[in-house]
Amino acid sequence: MSVQNALEVRDLNISYKVPGGKLRALRDINLNVPRGEIVGLVGESGCGKTTLMQTILGLQSSAAVTESGQIMLGDTDLLTLRPKQMRNLLGDRISAVFQDPMKSLNPVLTIGRQMTDIQFRHNISQREKRDRAVEMLQKVRIPDPESRLDQYAFEFSGGMRQRIAIAMALMAEPDVLVADEPTTALDATLELTTIDLLRDLQQDIGCAIIFITHHLGVVAELCQSVNIMYAGEMVESGPTRAVFDAPQHPYTELLFNCDPAQIPERTRHLPTIGGELPSLINLPPGCVFEGRCPKAFGPCAEIHPRRVQSGGSDMVKCHLRDPEVPQ
Amino acid sequence: MALYFIKRLLLSVLVVVIVIVALFLLTYAIPGDPARVALGPRANAELVAEFRQRMGLDQPLLVQLYNFFTSLLRGDLGRDAVSGEPVLNTVLSQLPDTLYLVLGSVIVALIPGVLLGILSARYRGGIIDRISSVLSVSVMSVPAFVIAIYLLLVFSIQLGWFPAIGAGTGFWDRLHRLVLPSLALGLAWIGYIARILRASILEEMNEGHVRTARAFGLSENKIMFDYVLRIAILPMITVLGIGIGQMLSSAVFAEVVFGRPGIGKLVFDAIISRNYPIVTGAVLVTTIFFVIVNLAADLLVAWLNPKVRHDLSR
Ligand SMILES: Nc1ncnc2c1ncn2[C@@H]1O[C@H](COP(=O)(O)OP(=O)(O)OP(=O)(O)O)[C@@H](O)[C@H]1O
Ligand SMILES: [Mg+2]
Repeated sequence: MSVQNALEVRDLNISYKVPGGKLRALRDINLNVPRGEIVGLVGESGCGKTTLMQTILGLQSSAAVTESGQIMLGDTDLLTLRPKQMRNLLGDRISAVFQDPMKSLNPVLTIGRQMTDIQFRHNISQREKRDRAVEMLQKVRIPDPESRLDQYAFEFSGGMRQRIAIAMALMAEPDVLVADEPTTALDATLELTTIDLLRDLQQDIGCAIIFITHHLGVVAELCQSVNIMYAGEMVESGPTRAVFDAPQHPYTELLFNCDPAQIPERTRHLPTIGGELPSLINLPPGCVFEGRCPKAFGPCAEIHPRRVQSGGSDMVKCHLRDPEVPQ
Repeated sequence: MALYFIKRLLLSVLVVVIVIVALFLLTYAIPGDPARVALGPRANAELVAEFRQRMGLDQPLLVQLYNFFTSLLRGDLGRDAVSGEPVLNTVLSQLPDTLYLVLGSVIVALIPGVLLGILSARYRGGIIDRISSVLSVSVMSVPAFVIAIYLLLVFSIQLGWFPAIGAGTGFWDRLHRLVLPSLALGLAWIGYIARILRASILEEMNEGHVRTARAFGLSENKIMFDYVLRIAILPMITVLGIGIGQMLSSAVFAEVVFGRPGIGKLVFDAIISRNYPIVTGAVLVTTIFFVIVNLAADLLVAWLNPKVRHDLSR
């Protein structure tokens, strides 16, 4: 574990037990999350982003099987922890913000109750816990926080709920925050203010953030580095600027061909690419992107590409960039 | 939201009115002349005619219905055709014993039902879950009076643990004698309540707010009791409201089998002796009780929802 990484995922393999056999949702995933940095994780629907997040949090579905790999938080491999040990880290050293702000708060408990409940590790009075909650709501710019603590989730707008969720996640000043499409459900203006807020708080607290999104514009705006996933594999990783300026993987290139600024604000989804995703149950022997790749050539259908360093990117998985593959 | 309460209340009143009309028509349609029954086979025709006139039995149907309603509104359920006592007094004097029985049955159903429901949701697919799923199907398909007879045979007659007949006197004796009949009515509901609760707990466990609570490291117990049960309990309250109605109707058998006084026994005896005013009065009081219980259950469910409370307070 390099000291500057808050979190490091190493060669992670996760599959789901499904009726047809094993769905290999994550294969040889590597992810570096440097201390205090915001790391973007991008990929189209079904590529395994949520699976990765759930595995990091130890909240995977019962159908998920961890085949191999490590998730290092400091010197601890989270995958070796027992549930109780993992619970001790959650909401303390690792926190999370989820996609759907309408559903991620309890509907029958007040916001104040939920915000004091999560401070169960602190040996302070209810009064002090409440004060901390008020302070945190102020930071996420909820007006009149003292009285709003006694309200229920349905009394807040979607944007406010997501800010409350962020306030809750950052209250414990975690080392790592995992945010799974936290702004996808919000409209464009709210998305921008929420992202500004998140960045301010992140600089304040100094935590690292894994930011999962479909929205390339947000990555460019917010993240120091970016990781591109495709069909359960990490296909390219590197500093945001370098990857955006000169994408090394044909998939990344296709995504960015469409200038992020030109992605219609209405949909804000990744541009669609022709062709179909490979089956994750019966994987092709070669590159997973071969079926849709405009630059596919000789080895692509037969041989699985290695990880190589290329251009400004730290890692790319493509025969085109592999100096040992005859072009 | 206030509209919901008004609608719900009107619905309850409507149910009571419909039951009153149905009861009235039913007594009308039943073969056998109530006047003859009341006076006995040896009464002469003149006496019967006079009785019919006094009771309004010679009036047209609609007038009789109208009279029936107006006297009901005055709290007059008529007079016992046999003893001549006011029906309301007789029925109300029998009500407490039946209410104790229903209360006992609710306790028998609720406490193990809730425990089993929580445990089988918490350890889904485990041994408790499987036992409770088999139990709920098998016990639910046995009628209450069959359970009652078996309980009686085994625990009173064979083992002699419980007295077979009567409601007893004094608190402990009454409680002792309440055990078997309560079991007879309540047992069938344990599995049902457990299944309903289990299903709604599991559904709620999939909700986003539970995932959030877990992501903050809250313990599974805390999540179950503070975050999930508050919501998952609601369908069960509604079901229990309906269950109490079922228990009331099963109470007839339980009271007869265990020789307990109560509304059920009263109705049973009244039917045999064609004492219609008692039957009508008892069914009516029971219906009103059932309607009130259901109304209370629905209002409780609504009130437990903070959104409803919020809308009401505005
Ligand atoms: N509980 C599960 N059981 C079986 N397969 C699953 C399960 N959860 C996810 N999968 C499969 O694993 C793959 C990855 O899913 P995942 O939800 O991680 O994708 P995602 O990148 O988060 O997608 P999205 O952008 O739509 O949220 C998909 O093929 C999905 O069908
Ligand atoms: Mg997802």
